[in-house]
Amino acid sequence: MRKSTIWGFTILASVSLFFSSCFKDLDLSPKYGLNTESVYEDPANYIHVLAKLYAGLSITGNQGPAGSPDISGIDEGFSAYVRVLWNLQELPTDEAICGWNDPGIPELNSGTWNSTSSFVQAMYYRIFYQIPLCNEFIRFCSDDWMNEKGFSDADKATIRTYKAEARFLRALSYYHAMDLFGNVPFVTEDDLPGAGFPEQIQRADLFDYIEDELLAIEGELIDARANEYARADKAAAWTLLARMYLNAEVYRGTDRYADCITYCEKVINAGYTLEPTYEHLFYADNNLSNEIIFPVTFDGLNTQTYGGTTFLVHASIGGSMPAADYGVANGWAGLRSLPTLVNAFPDTDDGRYLFYTDGQTLDVTEVQEFTNGYAVSKWKNITQGGEAGSDPVGQFVDIDFPMFRLGDVYLMYAEAALRGGGDVGTGLGYFNQLRERAYGDASHNAGSIDLDDILNERARELYWEGQRRTDLVRFGKFSGGTYVWQWKNNDPAGGSIPEFSDLYPLPFADIVANQNLTQNTGY
Amino acid sequence: MNIIYSRIKKHTMLALMMLPAWVMAQTATLEGTVTDSNGEPLIGATVLLEGTTIGGITDFDGKYEVTNIPVGTYNVAYSFVGYKKVTESVTLTVGQRVSRNIVLEDDANILEEAVVIGYGTTQTKDLTGSVVAIDTKDFQKGNFATPEQLVTGKIAGVQITSNSGMPGAGSRIRVRGGTSLNASNDPLIVIDGVPVDNGGISGAGNPLSLLNPDDIETFTVLKDASAAAIYGSRAANGVIIITTKKGAASNKLNVNFSTNNSISQVTGFVDVLSADQFRDTVTAHGNATQIGLLGESSTDWQKEIYQTGISTDNNLSLSGGVKNLPYRLGLEYNHTEGILKTSQLDRVGTTLNLSPELLNKHLKVDANAKYYNVQNVFANQGAIGSAVTFDPSQTVMSGDTVYGGYFEWISGNGNPNALAPRNPVGLLDQRNDESSVNRFIGNILLDYGTHFLPDLHLFVNAGIDMADASGSVFVPATAASDFLRGGVNNVYEQSKRNRVLETYFNYKHDLKSIKSSFDVTGGYSFQYWSTESPAQPDLNVAGDTITPPGIPFFTDNALMSFYGRLNYNLAEKYLITATLREDGSSRFSPDTRWGLFPSVAFAWRMSEEGFFKDIQALSFLKLRLGWGITGQQDIYSDYPYIANYSEGTSTAQYLFGDTYYYVLRPDGYDPNIKWEETMSYNVGLDFGFHNNRWNGSLDFYKKITTDLLSVIPIPAGTNFTNQLLTNVGSMENTGAELTLNYVAIDNESTTLEFGGNVTVNKNEITKLNVLANDDDPGILVGGIAGGVGNTIQIQSVGFPTFTYFTYEQVYAEDGSPIEGEYVDQNGDGVINPDDLIRFDGNPAPDMFLGFFANYTHNKWTAGMSVRGEFGGYVYNNVNSSLGNYFNVGSTKGYLANMTTDYLNTVFQTPQYLSDYYVEKASYIRLDNIYVGYNFGRVIADKVGLALTAIVQNALVVSSYSGLDPEVAGGIDNNFYPRPRTYGLNLNLQF
Repeated sequence: MRKSTIWGFTILASVSLFFSSCFKDLDLSPKYGLNTESVYEDPANYIHVLAKLYAGLSITGNQGPAGSPDISGIDEGFSAYVRVLWNLQELPTDEAICGWNDPGIPELNSGTWNSTSSFVQAMYYRIFYQIPLCNEFIRFCSDDWMNEKGFSDADKATIRTYKAEARFLRALSYYHAMDLFGNVPFVTEDDLPGAGFPEQIQRADLFDYIEDELLAIEGELIDARANEYARADKAAAWTLLARMYLNAEVYRGTDRYADCITYCEKVINAGYTLEPTYEHLFYADNNLSNEIIFPVTFDGLNTQTYGGTTFLVHASIGGSMPAADYGVANGWAGLRSLPTLVNAFPDTDDGRYLFYTDGQTLDVTEVQEFTNGYAVSKWKNITQGGEAGSDPVGQFVDIDFPMFRLGDVYLMYAEAALRGGGDVGTGLGYFNQLRERAYGDASHNAGSIDLDDILNERARELYWEGQRRTDLVRFGKFSGGTYVWQWKNNDPAGGSIPEFSDLYPLPFADIVANQNLTQNTGY
Repeated sequence: MNIIYSRIKKHTMLALMMLPAWVMAQTATLEGTVTDSNGEPLIGATVLLEGTTIGGITDFDGKYEVTNIPVGTYNVAYSFVGYKKVTESVTLTVGQRVSRNIVLEDDANILEEAVVIGYGTTQTKDLTGSVVAIDTKDFQKGNFATPEQLVTGKIAGVQITSNSGMPGAGSRIRVRGGTSLNASNDPLIVIDGVPVDNGGISGAGNPLSLLNPDDIETFTVLKDASAAAIYGSRAANGVIIITTKKGAASNKLNVNFSTNNSISQVTGFVDVLSADQFRDTVTAHGNATQIGLLGESSTDWQKEIYQTGISTDNNLSLSGGVKNLPYRLGLEYNHTEGILKTSQLDRVGTTLNLSPELLNKHLKVDANAKYYNVQNVFANQGAIGSAVTFDPSQTVMSGDTVYGGYFEWISGNGNPNALAPRNPVGLLDQRNDESSVNRFIGNILLDYGTHFLPDLHLFVNAGIDMADASGSVFVPATAASDFLRGGVNNVYEQSKRNRVLETYFNYKHDLKSIKSSFDVTGGYSFQYWSTESPAQPDLNVAGDTITPPGIPFFTDNALMSFYGRLNYNLAEKYLITATLREDGSSRFSPDTRWGLFPSVAFAWRMSEEGFFKDIQALSFLKLRLGWGITGQQDIYSDYPYIANYSEGTSTAQYLFGDTYYYVLRPDGYDPNIKWEETMSYNVGLDFGFHNNRWNGSLDFYKKITTDLLSVIPIPAGTNFTNQLLTNVGSMENTGAELTLNYVAIDNESTTLEFGGNVTVNKNEITKLNVLANDDDPGILVGGIAGGVGNTIQIQSVGFPTFTYFTYEQVYAEDGSPIEGEYVDQNGDGVINPDDLIRFDGNPAPDMFLGFFANYTHNKWTAGMSVRGEFGGYVYNNVNSSLGNYFNVGSTKGYLANMTTDYLNTVFQTPQYLSDYYVEKASYIRLDNIYVGYNFGRVIADKVGLALTAIVQNALVVSSYSGLDPEVAGGIDNNFYPRPRTYGLNLNLQF
């Protein structure tokens, strides 16, 4: 071989070798972050995944307040779990209306949604975001896995508690699915990601599943009021059971009022006390309250979202309301009350009468005009000491959302008793405790109560807390034309909506994606 | 044809008659016949005595006679378009009549031009695929900050839409329509053998904007699969190969300096109510609060934010050879001012090419190094929308000192009103957003012609593309835009690396015995990309942390490939090309990462056949048939198949007890994800008539994309998200392209050329879901400004991509739209989303064309380029969100202006989804028009001087009511307007 040939090959070969040292193979994985296996090899990571399971109720993605969203296809803030739950539970009722014209809102105001309405989809997909996340976490909390990885006994015990909490969170989301959508796709920790088409479970069967789950974890959850703040304990499971039993006739056609009483009593006897001043329940420092059984937390600095209580505060401010009085920099001018809510208060001495009326009309004649309808000043980002919340910009609020609180349990007890589940007199006592708090004394206590009083008291006590639709359905007053409020069925004076509206439709997108699903009747 | 030829003759005769009188003394005559190789006379061929203006032209018998030639020795040039020029030395003595009969050979020059294809070059006549190469002489004229604008409108089937008028803003390039819904539709771009990353770089408008247009020698577009399939999984949207200028082998130093100086101006303003109209309207319709907010001034906010941009682009190149080392050194300084105040771009570029031949010319080296530094000042583009909507009755400055002295809407507590627009001038003046980007692209290509087998060449190509960006954003604490957070004082950095190594061989061999020649290429390549940015905190001016730094960003991917190509040529008539590429991408799981991309093409040079040779007018005819499969793996995510857990930011923590915990989230993933595959068919015809005086090509194509990556809703409960990017759909693009060039005049004094291209393209989605469902409503896309969650377009089966999805507006008898009245499509008496229908139109034009004309006469040059698009639609988001009284501000404590469309509609509330706002986007744009003069050698005959005056974006003809109908994506919402630019170019050659 000639010398120059050798040179030629040498040059080619050395250039190739020099540059090929710069290269890696094709098995590349993210430099920052972990994957399914590596996450669960370290027991210290578990609490961070658990934090995500809780945070799924509060914030919308991995980058507060927005960015890196959990679900896509809808604005993050609009679709936040608590916000969209609130919208679905309040906007179609006699308590609230929203003036924005964004897609999905007008049909919530009027009760005329369909299976492609954006908020209907958002709620459904938030729920079915939470459930697979819980399933995955529960899978890796199994004893088999922990033994295989050689976790210490202390770690195993801690993780078993986390597992019970994850099962509670899954039950809570399934409860929302059952309440709002009825028959839904059903997946558990046995279903791996990407696995085919989930089967549809019937509402009554789902009721039984949730009940079984909650009863099964009752012993594994930490005792009531003994867990860290914001983590679920036994009382959270009891309250959810009580709520299911109260509505059992709607969900599975069974009378379970006695069971409702049983679980209400467990909660009541656990040592919770009513917050002395009603307003403080909705303040920036409501985490101090001994009334809240299970909160969804928000924070102006650390837990930021455009949903949740940030939405409730900002969207309620408009007209001549000074935003600073509510601990924020501005208002979004959207939410107001309907006269049916205001009129539920016979007088304005009730400490729960928290309306802003200056420049506002009682009636809503123009939905888009903020000044139509009294504004609600219930949610305030200020502390009991009068300080604004922690966000110096006045954007994100600190108020935690009380998913369950004692006041609600008192009224559940009273109602279940009236419906034949227990002692009506004890129920009346709880009822009057709420009235005493509202008026500061016993002057407005009731001598006797009936179911209509319960529904009205629930309006006064629990308005704008995301409960109204469930209450109206239970009382048979949500759909139909026997009870109407302004803009129901898009009628300024109120009209009738069909009975199938008691359930929301499954999103059309999932009917298309999952061959096993049958749409709810009427849609 | 005769008409044109006789016109040529007149020109020449005219030139002859102007000969000066002194040549009449002591003269001689030159005569003869000019024929082609078949002995046919050539009519209108030019005869010129070089160095003089003396010459003649052949008549109908091919005869010529040049009289009154001063005696002496001349080089006589015989030329005719389509033929090789012949130069003969002739000595003339007094009174002599010299006869010279000349045969001109066919000049297949155009056909023998080298064309760059993947991993090699070929000749135009040997191409079997649909490939178009544009070089410097055909580039668009003008001052361009980004190179793709050099070929805008020049290539059939290639649609280039500049994203905006921002200096250095990128363009959306589509080759034969888009093949993807959610993956990238950008073509692969290869610069001097280095496939570059299409993704943007922080602090730079687009990756191509970092390249100096003056360095570019050719732009070659591989359009069909048979040409592009050698690039496999990245070629579904075509391939653009860019080569840069090189040195010449001669030793002579060539110095070229050009300076292009221009001014840019805004072409028009969005029509909004004048201050008086606004006052009248608010006084008539407004409530007391609104009327009370009215000011007494008259400010044209749009005039306040725009400026005349002054720009200069200076290029100096030195090329030549030193001891057989050819080199070219290019230096550039470009300063471009945007028409939006404060925006500008400065670029300094250095390029060096060395192409020595070593080892007795067996080893050819081609080394390129390009370094660019770009300094951007980004204007706050929020000012554009704000200037349209800001209350014209207010003054620019408030007369007060708060908020930097700018007039702002404030709320009760003195803070800026959160819902109100900000002062547009304040937005511009109070934001300092700068970046500096350094980019280096280098490659070295070794071509070793082996000593033992001369037909065998071995190649090694090693390249790197590095970009490092750093930038800062500063907004003073007093600025209303960021007042609540105390201003902004942030920095950012990003670095990108792209390395490629390729080794391949080429073997060419002729087998004369069977009239065959083979050309075989085969090779291996590995490419690795990474992008990295450090985590930075979000700070205000006082240094307080608004958001602490999160997790640093890093992502990488790699592609390993094996490829081969066989070209077979039988008897110079039948050409076959077959390619095969196997790609492995790190973006997909080991089970799905390897893919095979074949292609086959056949070409028949029909004009070589005997029966075509008899047709005199026909000079070239070639039929091309091609088939191939290409892929798309640019899916904007590097690890979509991995079950990744990602950590949340510090603002997305959750409280347990009194501790906030970072969250760990499983991300949605598709373990089976793979690339999209596009199978395409192409039938093409290349033709030339009258010695290619007329030439062009006609192509028909069909592209069928399967395994289309689409973000679709997945069965609820089955993954860690609700919508997932997965291979689910399919779509088709069908179209035809016609390119036609015509040399009307080509003689010594004058040339006139016309060129044009027309493209028609249709696309249709044919599958979009796992389960076919006739009632499938489709996927809403095309988010618009106004409200939250409003969309204006839909992807649905049986329709083109991005079809508009609207309410059908009902009009009054006088033709004005009735507010809120739409056609109740399902007749249920209610107008709700069930009544939205697919509008018969989408943003993509049915047809687009380009046309140019270039004219030279002696030392004058002139030309123009025109481009048009027809049949597309644009959604006027400016009018839909601002052309209604609701925008004035209602009870929100501020006033905002409306577009004059309000006067047509008198809408009180926004009607975003009305088809009233979907307008025809057809247009014709005069991209540029120029005139130049070549002074020839000046300054002691040493320096060549040429001057050219250019107007860019000279004229747009369109019925669209907005500013500019050419909107990438079809939703017009206050984008940075394209300027009109007047430039003067000075070129000096030493």
